[in-house]
Amino acid sequence: MASSPPGSAPLRHTPLHSRHVALGARMVPFAGYDMPVQYAKGIIAEHQHTRKAAGLFDVSHMGQLALVGPDHASVSRALEALVPADILGLVPGQQRYSQLLNDQGGIIDDLMVTRPLDSDDRLLLVVNAACKEGDIRHIRQHLPEGVGLEVLDDRALLALQGPEAEAVLARHAPEARNLSFMTAAPMQVAGSACHVSRSGYTGEDGFEISVPADRAGALWDLLLAEPEVEPVGLGARDSLRLEAGLCLYGHDINEETSPVEAGLAWSIQRRRRQEGGFPGSHRILEELENGPLRRRIGLQPEGRMPAREGTEIKDAAGELVGEVTSGGFAPTLGAPVAMGYVASDFAREGTQLTLVVRGKEIPAQVVPMPFVAHRYKR
Amino acid sequence: MTTYYTKDHEYIRVEGDTGTVGISDYAQSQLGDVVFVELPAVGKTLTKGAEAAVVESVKAASEVYAPVSGEVIAVNSAIEETPATVNEDPLGDGWFLKIRLSNAGELQELMTEEQYEDYLKTIS
Repeated sequence: MASSPPGSAPLRHTPLHSRHVALGARMVPFAGYDMPVQYAKGIIAEHQHTRKAAGLFDVSHMGQLALVGPDHASVSRALEALVPADILGLVPGQQRYSQLLNDQGGIIDDLMVTRPLDSDDRLLLVVNAACKEGDIRHIRQHLPEGVGLEVLDDRALLALQGPEAEAVLARHAPEARNLSFMTAAPMQVAGSACHVSRSGYTGEDGFEISVPADRAGALWDLLLAEPEVEPVGLGARDSLRLEAGLCLYGHDINEETSPVEAGLAWSIQRRRRQEGGFPGSHRILEELENGPLRRRIGLQPEGRMPAREGTEIKDAAGELVGEVTSGGFAPTLGAPVAMGYVASDFAREGTQLTLVVRGKEIPAQVVPMPFVAHRYKR
Repeated sequence: MTTYYTKDHEYIRVEGDTGTVGISDYAQSQLGDVVFVELPAVGKTLTKGAEAAVVESVKAASEVYAPVSGEVIAVNSAIEETPATVNEDPLGDGWFLKIRLSNAGELQELMTEEQYEDYLKTIS
């Protein structure tokens, strides 16, 4: 970073910053970075292009970390002390979604954990940009002797998402076709040593490509030159993940919400439920047994008016029963959708609720998520 | 027929004692894709600077303020059905409402088209 006046916090740049600017992106501050919220064609066009063909996202602001120790068992046990997922049971090349938990079972951050195919002494983690400094401190404070955390800040991260992603990436890395959803492998992509996972944050098939920072620009240019590919900013990334029913940290999940309340119990595998031994396990195992007091639900409002974060949710009697945590317009549906938390009595599919938007009462129905079906390649 | 602008990027195109209100081309470009518009009831009396309508993009909701005081005499219901018209033709088919001016003197507090162009240069 260039020097800046004392007291001001300069925005950080990803290795692709100048390319976003050259593409005419509208840049906004996000998690301490100057990031593209949209390019020239706009959020809806970018969103629809990702659903129809392939979108290219710069997600280099996210934290890429490596937990390093003597062997898989040691690093897995170190991480299992912080997350409720079965890490020990990962096979080489397998990726899993999990959450860093506080002692009350609240979510400090959500993250992707990968056991690499090519080395048994480490786990690769991808954490949220806004949380990464805190995550690094938290993880380091809790590591046992002999296990360390490396910050891979010499790497960029690109996401290539959409039904044409496989065809596009396979032109430059044929082995990409061999990956299935939530698996990963090191591979050469157009001559750069990358680590590629088949995962993403859109509900579409696609890949996340970890690339050395000094090769990121060339890879971005190469993928963007493919006829199926358009650049996609943070605006469409948010509308895509909302349609896919995926949580946004700091909004749909936070240090108060537990994974069970958030509908993420699927990410707590059986062995961990039997053994416990993760932060907040008392609360979480109790919630798994008896059900949580509140649950994250999907809502389909009537009409066209979007109900955004913070919107009050009331029951038929007009009592406050919850709050919207993410909401907006779903381009694929041409209609608004929302997610939020309600008292568990009101979480059943088909329950009629009321959203209060600018003083107006909008009828809404509890609907299953995702709002738009996932199209992962399993 | 003269068009005036506010610092909040509303316009009002005045013919006689009525004006057509909408948002400027700059405003629609800053908002991005418009997905919802909420219009006032015909007959509602607005005071200058009060909330007249709401326009929502994919990202956020924004208020549209009355450029002058007066009574709402028509609203453009077509943009409730096809909000993208606000992006495509903000100064034409993407208008929001028509107002009967109660105090034409308030127009003097607004910017002319030329002044608005200069104003845009100072904020971009």
